[in-house]
Formats: sequence, C-alpha cells, structure tokens
Amino acid sequence: MSQHETTATDVAPSRPGAPAPGPASASDRGRRPRPPRRIESGTMVALVTKIVLLGLLDAVAAFAIVVMVGLDMWLPIVATVVATGLINWIYLGRGTRLPGKYLVPGVAFLLVFQVFVVLYSGYVAFTNYGDGHNGSKDDAIAAISRAGLDRVPDSPSYPVSVVEKDGELGLLGQAPDGDVVVGTSDEPLTVVDDPTLNSLGVPTGAPGWTTLSLSDVLGRQGEVVDLTVPLSEDPGDGFLRTDDASTAYVYRSAIVYDEATDTFTDGDGVVYTDDGEGEFASADGQVLRPGWKITVGFENFERAFSDPQISGPLLRVTVWTFAFAILSVATTFALGLFLATVLNHPRMRGVKVYRVLVILPYAFPAFLSGLVWAGLMNPEFGFINQVLLGGAEVPWLTDPWLARFSVLFVNLWLGYPYMFLVCTGALQSLPGELEEAARVDGAGPWTVFRSIKLPLLLVSTAPLLIASFAFNFNNFNVIYMLTRGWPRFDDTTLDIGSTDLLITMVYKIAFGSGGARDFGLASALSILIFLLVAAVSVVAFRRTKSLEEIN
Amino acid sequence: MSAPALSPRRTPSATPTAPQKRPFSLRRWFRDTGWRHLVALVLVVFAVFPLLYVLSASLNPGGSLVGSNSLFTTIDFSNYVDLFGNPSQPYGQWFVNTLVIGLTTAVLTVFMGAMAAYAFSRMRFTGRRMGLLSLMLVQMFPQFLAFVSIFLLLSSIGDVFPAIGLGTRLGMIMVYLGGALGVNTYLMYGYFSTVPVSIDEAAKIDGAGHARIFFTMILRLVAPILAVVGLLSFIATTGEYVIASVVLTDPSTQTLAVGLYQYVSQAFSNNWAIFSAGAVLAAVPVMVVFLLLQKYIVGGLTAGSVK
Repeated sequence: MSQHETTATDVAPSRPGAPAPGPASASDRGRRPRPPRRIESGTMVALVTKIVLLGLLDAVAAFAIVVMVGLDMWLPIVATVVATGLINWIYLGRGTRLPGKYLVPGVAFLLVFQVFVVLYSGYVAFTNYGDGHNGSKDDAIAAISRAGLDRVPDSPSYPVSVVEKDGELGLLGQAPDGDVVVGTSDEPLTVVDDPTLNSLGVPTGAPGWTTLSLSDVLGRQGEVVDLTVPLSEDPGDGFLRTDDASTAYVYRSAIVYDEATDTFTDGDGVVYTDDGEGEFASADGQVLRPGWKITVGFENFERAFSDPQISGPLLRVTVWTFAFAILSVATTFALGLFLATVLNHPRMRGVKVYRVLVILPYAFPAFLSGLVWAGLMNPEFGFINQVLLGGAEVPWLTDPWLARFSVLFVNLWLGYPYMFLVCTGALQSLPGELEEAARVDGAGPWTVFRSIKLPLLLVSTAPLLIASFAFNFNNFNVIYMLTRGWPRFDDTTLDIGSTDLLITMVYKIAFGSGGARDFGLASALSILIFLLVAAVSVVAFRRTKSLEEIN
Repeated sequence: MSAPALSPRRTPSATPTAPQKRPFSLRRWFRDTGWRHLVALVLVVFAVFPLLYVLSASLNPGGSLVGSNSLFTTIDFSNYVDLFGNPSQPYGQWFVNTLVIGLTTAVLTVFMGAMAAYAFSRMRFTGRRMGLLSLMLVQMFPQFLAFVSIFLLLSSIGDVFPAIGLGTRLGMIMVYLGGALGVNTYLMYGYFSTVPVSIDEAAKIDGAGHARIFFTMILRLVAPILAVVGLLSFIATTGEYVIASVVLTDPSTQTLAVGLYQYVSQAFSNNWAIFSAGAVLAAVPVMVVFLLLQKYIVGGLTAGSVK
C-alpha cells in the first residue's frame, strides 16, 4: 500500500540511463591486469575540495581553541581537539575509514545537537539552574558585592577617560599614588606603562585602547554610568565609578564578602552564609540574590511530586496529556477512516476534487491553524459566536471543559486529513477476495467492515497510530497557539492551565513570561515526558507485533 | 449510517440483469453515491471554511476581529501593503529568514542524510547494525524536548563564536541539522536499497571511485526520495516554534512562526487583519508545494513505518 513502493518503481525508467551493467562488466573482466590508475580531473577537484574544506575546519578549530583558552573552557577545548583530530584522521585515510567519510557530517551534528543536548538535559535536571542561579559562585559573589554600591566617604577622586577595547568599555584613570591604571567591569585595574597624558596630566589614551570622544560618551551614557571597575581581584576593596566621564570615585558595597569564612556581612552586621542550596542566606532566612548553580540531586524530581504548587497541577496535566493524545488519535482516525470509506467508491464522480479539498487543512501550516481558530473561537468577537450563534457568548477557550473540547476539535480539523490519506491507501490495498469470500458466506456490509476490513486496517496502520500518539503527546503548536494552555488553574502561582500538555507546561516553566525561569525543573519534567512516551511506545509496539503474528 | 458505504458491490450486482438504461431515479442515486456527495460536501465546508475566513479577513481593510466577520464584503489589498510597511513587525525580514533557514536546512539535511544512507546501504563495516539501531533509538527523544539545553549550549557557543550563538540564523540551522539523520536516514536507506548494487559494481569496474558513484549516479537514481526528504524537512522547519522561539532571541533573525505569533498575541483583535494577510502569504507557498507533490509527501510520511 505504501507510496514508497510505487515511487520506487518510478525510478525504473531512468535506470537505462545509467551505465549498462552487462557489457561493461564483461569487457572489463576480460582484462586481467587492472588498468593503471589515471588521475582524472574529477579526482583532482575532489582532492582540492577536500583539502580546502579540511584546512578551513582546522583553522576554525584553532581559532576556537584560542578563544576558549581565554575563557577558561577546558573541557570544550579537549572535545574540539579530539573531534578535529578524528575528522582529519578519517578524511586523510583510506580503506576502512571510507564509511566514516560519509557518516561524519550527519553524525557530528547528531552528536552535538541531539545526543549531547539530551545528555546535558539529564545533567541540568539535577541542578538548580535557572533565573537567580545562572553562573558560578565567584560570579554570584562579584554580583552581590557590586549591588548596592555606596560612595566611600572622603574617597580620593580619580581623573579618568572612558576607553574601549573590543566593544567593551573601560576606565583609564590616574590613581592617587600617581600610577595610571585601566580596567573594565570584568578586569580589575592594572597599571598602564605607556599612557598618553594631556596638558593637565589627565591620562587620555593607552596602547591598545581607543578613547571615546565626548559625543560617543553622550551616546552611550547609560553604559558609562553603569560601568563599575573593580579596584582589585578582591571585591571587598571596592569599585571605581564615574557620573560625568571625567572624574571617578571609589564605591564600596555596604555588604562585604569575607573570603576566609565564606560569608557576607552587611552594614547592620547580619551575616549571610552559604546555605548549601547555591545561595547566601542569613540565619533568619533572608537570601542574597543572585545565587549560583549547584547540583541538587533529585530535588527537582522530588519537588515535581511533593511541592503542592506543582504536584497537583502536574498530575492533572499528565492525565489531560494522555487523554488529549488518545482522543486525538481516536477522533482523527475515526473521521479519516469514515471519509476514506465514503469516498472509496468505484462509480463516484468528483472524488479527486473532494480529496484535494479535504486535505487542505493538512497543508496549512499548523502554527497558523491554531491562531486562526483562536480568532474564530474568540468569545467576544469570534465568527462562531458572533455569526454562527447569533451573538452568543459561548466561552469556547475560557471555560476549562469547553476549552478542552475546542482544542480536541481544532486538532481533529488539523489531523483528520493525514488519517484520511493513510486509510485511503490502506483500504485500496486490501485484497478484494476477502470481502467477496465473506459475502458469499453471507456476511452483511457492517460485518465485513467490522470483522475483516477494520482488523486488517488496524494491523497495517498500527505503527502510524503509535507515531501519531507520540506526536500528539507533544503537540505543542496546537495548544500553545490556540489557548496557551489556559484557562489557568487557580490553585497554583505557576502559569499552568486546563489545556496545558506536559510539553507546553515545561516550556512555560523554562521560558514563560511570568515568574522565574527554572531550567532545572523544566529539564527534570522533560525527562519524565521522555520516559512516558518511551514506555507507551515500547508497550504499544510489542502489542502490535503480537497482533501481526496472529494474523 | 456508514453501512451502505461498505457495500460498493451491491448495486453493480443488481444492475447487470437490466441491460437497457434504466430511468434516472433520484432515490437510487442518493442511496448509491448521492449521500456520499453530501457527506463529502459537509466535510469540505468544515475543511475549507477557516481558510476562506483568513483569506476574507486579510482582504478586509483596517479590519479587527469583529470586522472580519462579514466575509468578502470588501476586497482590498491594503493589509498586504501594511504588512511590509511597518518596521515594528518586519514581515519581509521574517519571510526571508524562514526561507533561508528552511531551504538551507532542507538542502543540507538531504545531503547529509543521503551520505549516511549511502554508507549504510552500500558499505559493510563493523558497527553498521548498531549504528542503524542507535539512530532509531536516538529518535525516541525528540530534539525539541531538550530545548533548555539547546538554549544553554548555544549561549555558550555564542561566547566563543558570536556568529553562531543565540539569536543567529546560522546557529538555528545547526540545531535543526542535529535532526538531519534519524527518520530521514531510514527513509533514504530503504530507498537506496532498492537501487541494484550491480550498478555500483559495474561503475567500479569501469574505474569510478566511491565519490563518483555516489555523486553522479546514486544521487540521480534516488532523486525522488531526496525531494521527499527535502520537502518534509522544509515544511517541518518552517512550522517549528519551540526551538525557534528559544534560539532566535533577536527580532531581526526571527522566523514567521515566532514573529507572527508574537505580533498577533500582542493585540489579538486589533492586529487581526494584518496577521491574516501575513498568514495567507506564509501559507500559500507551502500549500502549493504540498498539493503539487502530495503523492510523494504522503508516500514519504507513511513509508517509514508501513511495510
């Protein structure tokens, strides 16, 4: 039944165009000593292309390594070196490395953007990664020290110029002890050996730095005012800031980090200690922001099942996800099969036209369909309420149960053409003898359908139905474009609602507009989704295998 | 109700006994095929109505959601003009981005998938079976479920190479290429295996190398499946929202899916007419290609799993 086979035969006519296998092979086999290898122009081109591409790759890799050394990314450096070496080894060799030459490009992308990201999700699921816990502990200490800066009373003033290097702003100034120093937000002040001074002795330039003109400074005023340059590696020493781009003062945070005890102390003497959850907290539970990223073990999974904010909604969303996936498959299959049976009639006219028209929803981009239906079903202004129902205010998308119905209805619109196509193909490939034999035995049309056609159809379409289930289980576009998962549950502060599927819930937890982004929890939930889909697929495929054996 | 539908042969068995043309009977016609037309018409209305509604809304000048309810009362192309005139919603840019990302991904997906399928179908090497099996297993975890780590990975890549980091088209294409093998390789592998190996052997004896066989012969013989995979990849890429919305943080690099969604969700009712125009323009190319090549696409969709 599959189109695959018919397209395969389409190739047949073009085959004679290929070198005729028979005579050529016969004449070549006759010559015993193999003809000497000729280097043809094609081989030359291939060789040059290969060398140029490999050279480019190596150059890019070398550049990446230089940059990464600067960023202290040691693990990625090792990975880059190994990968580049391997690729060179494969493409410069012969013989058994041949399959590798064809597999490398696809596999490389697969490994990085599918396998690695999946494994990395597994890692993130065990961390507290998210808003407020983005970077390392050092970053957090620097950020906390930088917040709430106050000018140190009677602090010396630094005459400064605003300078720039690689797009990053810095301050070039004269320290009270006469040294000319320069630094940026990331790099503490260092002494400049060979500065340019103006007539007043104010430093105006340094080798490697571009000095900003007055108009540049005015254009980037916001950036200049926000610029805080640490005096030294120890954030406790304070920061240099300027309000007017010509004089800077030393600012120090009211909250001071003590490296020896790993604590922060604020102006009132309250001590904040590392509480083991990736943040500094005081004895009475006050937490300093930001925190940093740590591994938290199974905490995200525990939270998903025990935190009342999450566990209740999660359970409802899971049940609805299964209901949505199963009902979507059932309704689309039923309508598709029904339509296929109706149109599968030898003497019916215009079937071709009908076929094209009824599959139009399938050709329409899915993300647009959701939005279009959201307009049609709009309770106040939508076509369905205003025109079809004469001004009724049916809450199609705002009542929990009606919204669930609407989502299923729209997904039926989107999905039945696919089932129609599949069922038409399957119906047409059913052997006619079976039906005739059953008829001779006295079976009516309904019995023929129920006891012969349907079981055969189910066997041949079962893998597609399972695939369709897996697809609908994660059918993000319909839900997100139509309802965004709303109407919202009222027993949780998270943005989760009655029509949310697991995947839209995960998306909103990770990148939702309201509330903090929680990458750790989102990754943990996406692993749960994976386990659910995998389990269902495995069970279902086992079942269908036994089904096939019976027949 | 569907019972008569399943007996297409009942009426033919009744007619042969009457060789002369019987007078037309509306009732018999209805019982035979008439009701089928009725059902089909109802479903055609169901299928086509939302599409006509968008088309009508897109032609309704200055229309909000309410104004779009009177279908085809005015026909005016001002929405299409506004679509390209407003810099706050750079529709032309989105369109180009979608085409660039979709086409590049499709071409490279076809190329890399074909190379892998060639290796799997024509070469025998250790790990071949394992390779095919693990390709199948990897597909169990859909790429978009890992959107969080894709975001994090691209933001670190962006620290090293800003040109392929977050918010860039190139970065987006690379992410999509992560899904280039997998289902596509399976589809192609099956098709490659239908091309007789004797063709390769003959060429080899004539002195052609593996690359020459692949590029000049095999690729031509399997052209139909290349077209299918390319189209499926293009359609999937252009309609993809989850990863695109996470990766394409820069408005000037966004695709239609991300841009149009954000545009219409800002002010759903007021932006409706212009959104409709955008939707029509975005959908027409995809629909035309889909309908023209429907046969192949459907074949590709079902071939993977139906034997």
